[in-house]
Amino acid sequence: MSEIPGQLKFTRDHEWVREHDDGTVEVGITDHAQTALGDLVFIELPDTGGSFTAHDACCVVESVKAASDVYCPLAGTIVNTNEILIEKPELVNDDPYGEGWLFRLRPDLPGELEGLLDDKNYERLLAEDNE
Amino acid sequence: MQHTPLYQAHVDLGARMVDFGGWSMPISYGSQISEHHTVRRGAGVFDVSHMTILDFKGTEVGSFLRRVLANDVSKLQSEGQALYSCMLREDGGILDDLIVYWFGGERFRIISNAATCTKDLAWFREVASGTAVEIDQRKDLAMLAVQGPRAREIVAKSILHSKKCLALGPFFSTQIGNYMLARTGYTGEDGFEVILPAKNVCGFWEALLKHGVVPCGLGSRDTLRLEAGLNLYGADMDESVSPLRCGLKWTVALGEERDFIGRQALYHELKAGLKDKQVGLILNGKGVLRAGYSVRTVFGSGTLTSGSYSPTLGCSIAFARVPVQSERACEVEIRGRWHDARIVKPPFVRHGKIEVDMLQGETA
Repeated sequence: MSEIPGQLKFTRDHEWVREHDDGTVEVGITDHAQTALGDLVFIELPDTGGSFTAHDACCVVESVKAASDVYCPLAGTIVNTNEILIEKPELVNDDPYGEGWLFRLRPDLPGELEGLLDDKNYERLLAEDNE
Repeated sequence: MQHTPLYQAHVDLGARMVDFGGWSMPISYGSQISEHHTVRRGAGVFDVSHMTILDFKGTEVGSFLRRVLANDVSKLQSEGQALYSCMLREDGGILDDLIVYWFGGERFRIISNAATCTKDLAWFREVASGTAVEIDQRKDLAMLAVQGPRAREIVAKSILHSKKCLALGPFFSTQIGNYMLARTGYTGEDGFEVILPAKNVCGFWEALLKHGVVPCGLGSRDTLRLEAGLNLYGADMDESVSPLRCGLKWTVALGEERDFIGRQALYHELKAGLKDKQVGLILNGKGVLRAGYSVRTVFGSGTLTSGSYSPTLGCSIAFARVPVQSERACEVEIRGRWHDARIVKPPFVRHGKIEVDMLQGETA
């Protein structure tokens, strides 16, 4: 059973979003996603300053098996990226909700975050996918 | 979806199961990279019971195999000896690759791929029709590959208690009771492939795990074979290419005295001159090479046929089909950008040791 922390928001593409007091959000991939991908060996982070709309492919995570796009969960501008992952991509496997965060985003639309899934709804999505 | 007799054992171990040519097989039991390292340093076991096992016998079996296979079974001089071969169409395209074992007299066994089973069987039956050759598909058997520097010792001493199997030379097989033991594999490490009655495979698997052999999925099998410079059917070769274009010329016995299927086509291909060849690639920077990516050299362009991350080298490696003159530097397109790579001669790794010059790229 994969871990799904409360307080986070989730997308149908298995990204998580953590809201910070300064109005920016931190984004990563869920425990379910990292398990499905397997050992990660390379991460192509977005450029700081880059702006995306929701569902834009903005980052690539590569496991031994395959390359997968990570989609921007909300419209916004990239303000920071987790550059440690360039040397240590395995942090995404080891700690997907903590040290394995991918990038920080300043959202364009304040209300958009509320449209994402909460932990209960994300858990339901995983249960449906399993059926 | 088809299941091997070990399906439940894989699920109970928490394996991630995926579709491999219609078979539900374990890709990994946790970390694919750690399974890879286990095989290079210790001992791992793969369930490969999905592979096709065919027994051949009959008075005309020798001449049949000399016609249907691109390598020559008359090279098999001792009982139990094994030979790697391609099976070709008339136009030289590869129908499958396989290992043929000679059991003595007029008895042979062929192990071929899982996804090609129906096609192979139909082809063998067509070529054999009207001859004294009997073909028996052994669905009653299972197969395990126990691989790694510690593999042979554990199997021989702790499980089979047989000195006979430790004395087995590379690419030889022997029968121990109703188990067939072959010193073959697909990882670049020493080890055994064990073919045994399906009803015994769960017990044998349990015994291996009890003696410290680590279950490994087909994900690590793929990175191990790539490092070892071994082709994968359906990726590095298929019906559209001949063995001459995918690094397998050494497996084709082109001697004039034998008229095997595909010989004429290969003869003409050689006479006309080969335009491309298969090579190994190492990516100089970060990123992962994947099958289908484009490669360019000063002599023209080519394509990657397999690519992945090499756990032993700690960087990405690939096989590519490139213009025949290509050497040293090339570039690979990854998501619209060209990245520097270098051309090397596989294998990348054999018996736990790196076989390619890792500094070449930096100094060139």
